[in-house]
Amino acid sequence: MPPKGKKGPPPPPPDPRALATLELLKAAFPESEPVLNLNQVEMTIAPNDSERICRIAKEDPRLRFDLLGCQSLVEYDEAFQTVYHLYSTSLKHSAVFKADAPRDNPVFQSVTPVWRAAEWFERENAELFGVVYTGHPDPRPLLLWEGFEGYPGRKEYPFAEIQIPDDIKVPQ
Amino acid sequence: MTIDQSLDTVDMMLNMGPQHPSTHGVFRMVLTVDGENIVDVQPHIGYLHRGSEKLCEAEDYRQIVDLFDRLDYVSSFNNELPYVMAVEKLMGLEVPERAQYIRLIMCELNRIASHLLFYGAFGADCGAVTPFLYGFREREQMQSLFESVSGARMMHGYFRVGGVFRDLPDDFNQRLDSLLPMLEKGITECEALLSKNELFLERTLGVGVIDAETAIDFGVTGPNLRASGSTYDLRKDDPYLMYPDFDFNVPIGASGDCFDRYMVRMEEMWESLKIVKQAVARMPDGPIMAKTPRTLRPPKGDVYVRTENPRGEMGVYLVSDGKDKPHRIKMRTPSFCNLVALRHMLIGSYVADAVVILGSIDIVLGDVDR
Repeated sequence: MPPKGKKGPPPPPPDPRALATLELLKAAFPESEPVLNLNQVEMTIAPNDSERICRIAKEDPRLRFDLLGCQSLVEYDEAFQTVYHLYSTSLKHSAVFKADAPRDNPVFQSVTPVWRAAEWFERENAELFGVVYTGHPDPRPLLLWEGFEGYPGRKEYPFAEIQIPDDIKVPQ
Repeated sequence: MTIDQSLDTVDMMLNMGPQHPSTHGVFRMVLTVDGENIVDVQPHIGYLHRGSEKLCEAEDYRQIVDLFDRLDYVSSFNNELPYVMAVEKLMGLEVPERAQYIRLIMCELNRIASHLLFYGAFGADCGAVTPFLYGFREREQMQSLFESVSGARMMHGYFRVGGVFRDLPDDFNQRLDSLLPMLEKGITECEALLSKNELFLERTLGVGVIDAETAIDFGVTGPNLRASGSTYDLRKDDPYLMYPDFDFNVPIGASGDCFDRYMVRMEEMWESLKIVKQAVARMPDGPIMAKTPRTLRPPKGDVYVRTENPRGEMGVYLVSDGKDKPHRIKMRTPSFCNLVALRHMLIGSYVADAVVILGSIDIVLGDVDR
């Protein structure tokens, strides 16, 4: 337990497997700067270029990220961030891609053409946070009912808000 | 008799759910059928959407464990595990060895209980009622063991950040000693009832086939993926807890049909029994909780932890801003991701097989909708 006022626990010793993945990513994407965070390789990608980068990550024989483990959306004060957790089932390594889009224009390129696993992740992120994934084959809402107003995932959405569809009669 | 060739045929829409005994909850799919063949399917989810991810942002780090119980409510221990591991990883906490053993034993027992539920429900989906009773008979004994350990039959809330809620009860070993032979006998009887049943084989062999490469592309993990021939198991490939120290196999299937998905789960129960026996024999004494501050405030940062849930890869993406409540929690639930592949499996198969294919994926709607 770190004493009060300190930044946090000391970083873990670097993992050789993560360092090897870091070198592979540097070789495959010379224009970007991957870093290590808690022994996890992270790389920032452009939101309007994610399909091309992800396709290289999937098809490059050195990387072969064939499993999109998770695609999350995080709301920050200045931007919306899509986080891709990528895994390779054959080479057993992993990487994290992060794409930031500004709050006033939260548009990302869809990666559903690369991994079909992204289809529902992107539909859910889009309806809960009001972001757009261009090139998505089926951009309908997924979890909420038709006609739901607002984006309940966002911080500004009130917790105790109840919406009832017009055609449902609530007994008094 | 002549047939008027100029008559048009139209595809028929067939609605299934959300109130349907074979949808395992509130799942609805709209099938488009051409005669007996399914030509398209639109799954509709969200009837159980509770906004768990958003709720996490209003709770402190210790309260959130209970929200994770309610995702996949038939394997609660396995759901709590990645969450507490994520907070511990971010805070750099060392969990005492005994607590890790207890977690591992409970998770593996929970895996058996979950697969027994699958066995019962899948038998019912194929048209047999008896497996349901067989599956629930042993599962009930396990639930009372879970109750004696955690205090609750379901929604255990047993794992804590830094350890577990309390030590195992004094009679745990005796209870387990009587439970394990009962389980072995029960699973053997379950297999004898269904695995070589001619009618069951006819319903499941070659139905709902998906190959490993397509399954990975859809994000399918767990027994559903291993049925297609992949050996991808996080307990071996991205080890956590003490799994590397234990001797167990990863059962795989060959063709990726409904029968393989069933068979992989039956084999997995035997492997879990092996792990539990080894773990109980080696369990050390010692503390069950790490020393944690009164208020948990993980340092600023983000972490993703994934574990092998009975249904597949369960992941938690935790973003902390240094306060006592998380900034964002993303729940990567296995049922949600496995269900994406349903459309691929259903198109081209017979409408009578739709229920069998859905049952073989083994979804829990609390896990899908969150």
